[in-house]
This record gives sequence, structure tokens and C-alpha cells, in this order.
Amino acid sequence: MRRPPYFWLQLAFTLLVCSFLLVPVFMSIVAGLTENFFVGVKSGFTTRWIGVVWELYAPTIFRSMYIALATLAVTLVVGVPAAYVLAKRPGMMTRMIEEFLVLPVAIPGLAIALALIITYGGFRDFRTSWGFILVGHVLYTLPFMVRSVLAVLSSFNFQVLEESAASLGAGFWRRFFGIVLPNARSGIVAGALTVVTLSIGEFNLTWMMHTPETMTLPVGLADSYASMRLEIGSAYTLVFFIMITPLLVALQRYGVQSTRTRKGA
Amino acid sequence: MRGRENRFLLLMVAPAIVVGAAFFLLPLARLAVVGATGKLGFAAYTAVVTNPQYFQALASTIVLSVTVTVATLVIAGIAGVFLERNHFLGREALISMLTLPLAFPGVVVGFMVIMLAGRTGLIGEITSTFGAGRLVFAYSIAGLFTGYIYFSIPRVILTIMAAAEKLDPALEEAAKSLGANPWRVIVDVILPALKPALIASGAICFATSMGAFGTAFTLATDIKVLPIVIYTEFTLLANIALAAALSMVLGVITWATLALSRVAAGATAAAAG
Repeated sequence: MRRPPYFWLQLAFTLLVCSFLLVPVFMSIVAGLTENFFVGVKSGFTTRWIGVVWELYAPTIFRSMYIALATLAVTLVVGVPAAYVLAKRPGMMTRMIEEFLVLPVAIPGLAIALALIITYGGFRDFRTSWGFILVGHVLYTLPFMVRSVLAVLSSFNFQVLEESAASLGAGFWRRFFGIVLPNARSGIVAGALTVVTLSIGEFNLTWMMHTPETMTLPVGLADSYASMRLEIGSAYTLVFFIMITPLLVALQRYGVQSTRTRKGA
Repeated sequence: MRGRENRFLLLMVAPAIVVGAAFFLLPLARLAVVGATGKLGFAAYTAVVTNPQYFQALASTIVLSVTVTVATLVIAGIAGVFLERNHFLGREALISMLTLPLAFPGVVVGFMVIMLAGRTGLIGEITSTFGAGRLVFAYSIAGLFTGYIYFSIPRVILTIMAAAEKLDPALEEAAKSLGANPWRVIVDVILPALKPALIASGAICFATSMGAFGTAFTLATDIKVLPIVIYTEFTLLANIALAAALSMVLGVITWATLALSRVAAGATAAAAG
């Protein structure tokens, strides 16, 4: 097939954009595995820096993981039922609730973090616990869970299924767990992947809210960029990439359906 | 029967409302009050316009965000329409790669800019090889611009692609057969059809840039953007009231941008449909 000349021009442009995004990623991966980045690759490859990162920052890696899982648990328990109610009773009232629930996305993390510190900073035990970080992450990710599930539930008439189940004698909870949840599965999966990915990478809120005992991975990254040699920062970034890549691959595979439906909604 | 069901439904939406009220609405109200009750009183809110230092920060943040938004829309617009239109080997991989940085926190984006344009960066390496001296711009406004473009492209490109999918090729064929050159086709056919998507993703891009903190923090540039000023006032100067007032102003700007864009995008979509 012959392509017009501007096809190649646009392709070249797109490849240029792509390399703008990816070249620094590769550079940082190489830097994290190089003995001395200033000397270059010829100084030899090493996993020494990864070892240093593990020694210095391993707690931040595990903390980020369990905060992400706790955030996921809370957004599932709080967000999925809320999305179901919003889908089941579309109207003025639920529309306003939806607007209210997704509002945190429109406010910079810095402002939300300040507001939380000003309001709850006096409760010392809460302020210094990872639960405080959890609150920030839940606020920030809940809108994504609600929207994702709501998009799937709004894309088909699940009420018909519910009504027929009801006519066969299925009670409210039986219908919710037996019909609504299985049918909303693609939205729940996409929402869950988004929540975990966002929580692991969250910085703006967490930087303001963290204490030395509640440092997360991105906070540790900022710390290493500011105070460690480039190779250590790079190796740490590599650890982050390794954690986030499977999530992104899964998101691209399972998230597609929900963006498709969201387009229709 | 229905009343019983409504009670269950209320029970199911209640936790979300409680979480939102306790950890969002109440703190935000506190933030607004604290902003007005410092030693400046309500003047803390007007300080962002009356105080040259804060106004400077606000102005440069807005200029930076607008420039980033326009540049991102152009770059992601060209690449997005191209990727939606043309099917070739490796297209899927390209799309995956273009959306990869979506999950990078601002700090990592800042580090990527250092990799490109920092003291040991690739760009400096290239320019010094060509005898033009080592070009280092990571720690200037150009570095901020680069970083903000970096995290904005992935956010915008998916929306553009989704909108480009709905473009009707017949309209373009019609325009071409009527003698329109490619430029006219872009201006008169493609851009109007993409308008709602451009408005929506442009607003997201602008709001994200206004509130971005991690990238500027990592680059530690000499240009002070508003989020950095807020952070400095709060953490280093313990000027809590002022930090609260400035973040309220910032929050209102980003929220209003997003709200207006939905009205505007909705209006054009309705007009088009």
C-alpha cells in the first residue's frame, strides 16, 4: 500500500514525541544499573545501587504497597455501592451526590493536604499514622472507582435483570451480590487498577502529609533525588517502574472496555 | 417494598457521603476559614493580587499552564489523530508507550527532565559533542515547561484519539472533492469536530499544570510557581493562613476551569449533534 508523504511526516513526528517520553526512561534505567553514570556504560553494569536502595528505602516500598491495597479496599467498600446507587436512581439528587464525590479530582492535592492537616493535624496519633496518608489517598482515588463502575452500570439496563431476579424472589442483597456486582466486574477491575496505580504514584498529597515514619515510595524518590547520587535515584526509579509496569499493562488490557463505554455515556 | 429498598440504597451511598463530608468538605471549609483568620485577615485572599511576589507567582503559573496546554494540544492532536487514522505495524505499541507516563508522579517526571536536560543530561551531551557547549535547561522555566508537557501528553492523547474515532471520513472526502486543500480540511472539518475533546482535555491539562507540585519540587527551579510558593509559606515560613488562602485561590481556579470546560464542551457537543 502506498502511503502519502504526509503519512511519513506524521509518523516521524509521533515517533519523536514517543522518544521524548521514553528516552529519559531508558536513560534512568541504564543509570540505575551503571557503576558510574558520569563515566558512562563503559564503567560497567552493577546491581549495587539497587542493593543500596533496598537497604535505605525498602520500608517505603512495602508501605506504598500496603497503603495502595488498603486504599483499594476502602474504595471498593465505599465506592462500588455508591456507584450502584447513583446508577440505579438517576436524578437531580444522585447527580449532585456524584458531583460532590468526584470533586476532589478538581482540587490540587496540595490544597487538599493542607486542608486535612489544618483540620486533623491536632489529632497526633492519627496525624502520625499511615491512616492519615490512607485518608488522602482514598479521597483522591475514590472518584476514579465511582466513575469507572458507574460508567459500566450506566451502559446497560441492569435494572431489568434485577427486576426479573426480584420476581423470582431474590432479596435486595442477593441481587446486589448475585447480579449487580458480576455485571459491573469490568468497571470494578478497571477502577481497582486505576486506584492502585494512582495510590502507588501519589506524591502531591503524600509529601505534605507524611512524617518520617510514614514515608511512601514517591516521597522516598523525592528524598533520593535531592540527597543521593544520581545512580541511587535512578535505581530507585527503576524499582518504581518495575512496580508500576504490570499495573499499567493490566490497565491497558482491562481498562479499554470501560473507556469505550465511558465514551458512550 | 420500594421504601425498604430506598432505605437500603441510602445505607449504601451513606459511607461515601460521610467520607466526603468528613475528609473533604469539612477540611476545605476549615481551610477557607483559616485563610481569612491570619494576621492579614481577609486580606490574605487579596494578597495574591496585591502582593507583587504572589501575583508574580500566580501570573507565571498561569502563563506556564496556558503555554503548556496549547503546546500539548498541538502535539497530542497531531499524534492522536494520526494514530487513530492510520493502522500500521507497531501502532498498538506506540499507543502503549505514549500513555506509559500517565502513572508517573510529578517527582519522577522532574527526574526525567533532569535526565534529558540536566547537568549530565542527554541534550547537553549532544550539544557539547557538536561543539555548541553543554546546554542545560532543566532548572529553568524551560525545564518546567518540558516536564509539564511530558506529563500532559499522555493525559490528552487518549481523549483526542477517542474523539478522532468518531470523525466522519465522508465529510473530509466531501471537502476534498470540493477542492479544499489539506489545511482547509484540518481547520474547517477536523478541528470543529474535535472541539469538545480539545476543550475538555485542554481544561484538564491546564488544571493539572496549575496544581502540579512534584515536578517543580524536583527541579527546584528559580521560577516560583504557585504550588511551590504555597509549600514554602506553609512548611518553611509557617505562614499557615496565607498558605491556606493561596491554596483556596488555586483550588477555585482549577475547579472553575474544569466546571466551565464541561459547560463549554457540552454546549459545542450539543450544537454539533
